[in-house]
Amino acid sequence: MKSQSWFRRLSLFVGFAFLYIPILSMVVYSFNNSRLVTVWDTDDSPTLKWYRILLGNEQILSSAWLSIQVAAVTATGAVIFGTLAGLVLSRFGPFRGRTLLSAMTTAPLVMPEVITGLSLLLLFVFLEQLIGWPQGRGFVTIVIAHITFSMAYVTVIVQSRLSTFDDSLEEAALDLGARPAKVFFRITLPLILPAILSGWLLAFTLSWDDLVISQFVAGPGSTTLPMVVFSKVRLGVSPDINALATIMVMIVGIGVVISAFYMRRQDRRLALEMKMAKAEK
Amino acid sequence: MARSQVRQSQRPPVDAWGSGRLGLIFSLLYRFGPPRWSQYVRKNWAGQRLVIALPYLWLFLFFAVPFIIVLKLSFSEVRLAMPPFAPLVEKVSDVAYALNLNLGNYYFLLSDSLYVNSYLYSIKVAAVSTVFCLLLGYPMSYAIARSTPTLRNIWLMLIILPFWTSFLLRVYAWVGLLKTDGLINQALGLVGIGPFTMMYTNFAVYIGIVYSYLPFMILPLYSNLEKHDLTLLEASADLGAGPITSFLRITLPLSMPGIIAGSLLVFIPAVGEYVIPSLLGSSDQLMIGRVLSDEFFSNRDWPVASAVSIAMLLLLVVPIVLFQRFQNRELAGARK
Repeated sequence: MKSQSWFRRLSLFVGFAFLYIPILSMVVYSFNNSRLVTVWDTDDSPTLKWYRILLGNEQILSSAWLSIQVAAVTATGAVIFGTLAGLVLSRFGPFRGRTLLSAMTTAPLVMPEVITGLSLLLLFVFLEQLIGWPQGRGFVTIVIAHITFSMAYVTVIVQSRLSTFDDSLEEAALDLGARPAKVFFRITLPLILPAILSGWLLAFTLSWDDLVISQFVAGPGSTTLPMVVFSKVRLGVSPDINALATIMVMIVGIGVVISAFYMRRQDRRLALEMKMAKAEK
Repeated sequence: MARSQVRQSQRPPVDAWGSGRLGLIFSLLYRFGPPRWSQYVRKNWAGQRLVIALPYLWLFLFFAVPFIIVLKLSFSEVRLAMPPFAPLVEKVSDVAYALNLNLGNYYFLLSDSLYVNSYLYSIKVAAVSTVFCLLLGYPMSYAIARSTPTLRNIWLMLIILPFWTSFLLRVYAWVGLLKTDGLINQALGLVGIGPFTMMYTNFAVYIGIVYSYLPFMILPLYSNLEKHDLTLLEASADLGAGPITSFLRITLPLSMPGIIAGSLLVFIPAVGEYVIPSLLGSSDQLMIGRVLSDEFFSNRDWPVASAVSIAMLLLLVVPIVLFQRFQNRELAGARK
């Protein structure tokens, strides 16, 4: 047994080193004064030079703002459609076309991005010829494409959350005369709210992060942040991208820590309430 | 499951419009008509129809229809016009239509060794990366699943955390590490080995894919390994089996579903990967995702690009169907 725990510790160490060394290297080198990643300029480092350059870059700032807007709208849309799809698939029992719906919700999870991007672009081109909408490509087409691939993730999350409790509460409310819509808003929605929230965050991240699909469906005037970063990185190493990465890692890290604390508090409160409910009996 | 079936059988009988083959579309149009709307809302199923129709129509329009267009376009001929392809059904005269069904694009794919080679290369890269992901991810998932609950949550959070940060930036981080004068070669130089050429090689692409897709391997594996009944291992130890025999005879077979799910989640997207080979891979051996986007953006040959994606889908259809069946079984199993 002892050799086993040694092996486990080693594999965790190697795995996490592999996952985190690249991220840490970006964080460290974002404070390096030298332009070269390979040289650590001991005289003038650490410096905030690259952060100043990054935050003075008009193109990066405007594309980041566009990405935030796209991601927020995408996440909201994906949550609406994804929750409906998850609800339908796990609560509505068999209906005609269920197999097709479930296939269409799981396929985007693994579909290569180039194919999704290409097919959506062709759709937009055809639609524009046929009905004159969408006129050109930009914000709207990016959002539509992002909703389509990210709602699948929301669906899976909501579906697995719904499958952890049975529908007896909903049945009871229906028996007591509540209308289906009321049952949904008063019972189902509060129960799956955590899943919806994490689905929203996931869809936001996926949209914020997406390069390939955006490249296909974006127009000339709408450049998202990943597109700017990609064109910069393709030309070689640029240290202000390290600064950007550091800022993003920090935001995500803080967010994750806060949510972990929040979840722990929720768990404790739940445990306390259960205890008190038992004591009242 | 049984309850909802009972509820369905108690529903009011559906009228002729609703039960027809085009029921979904008709019921939508019909429901919006004013006279009987309120009456239908009071019943269970009218609202349900609408709830089904919303995600259905969205996915149909933006997921299914685009594929039909790609399929159609892959049989078209390229033309120097906008859009740059010939229509599939062309009006020749008032009464005659010509069907321009053209297999030339597919023939072209098969005859040009560039395409066949990039397909084979993509499959090789994806398969090798999947194996490495498994070799690295399995021990990690195993170790996480056997940790104490508090530690387990921390490990899991640390696995998921990089996933929330930008994928593109994480791939970019490897440029600084793998370059000939990069950090890894500097570290190796201290020990007196190297420098090695790692950037723009297959090795760099493997590293990039394993690095980016590792969480997709670990999470399904973990959720499988965590459910194992540990008394089985105790029993096998009592019966005299060593840890390796126990692992090979009990843990490994039991974790097969997790291995399959994780491998598919890595393999399928890796075949079409575009960003990682563009940043880290060599430019003389292209993966199929890159070929597709070059064909589309640089050569502006939309029909061939469509044929490339249909061929890629044909290649991936078996793993994708496998994944879907698995996914459905998992969700159905969780309900019980």
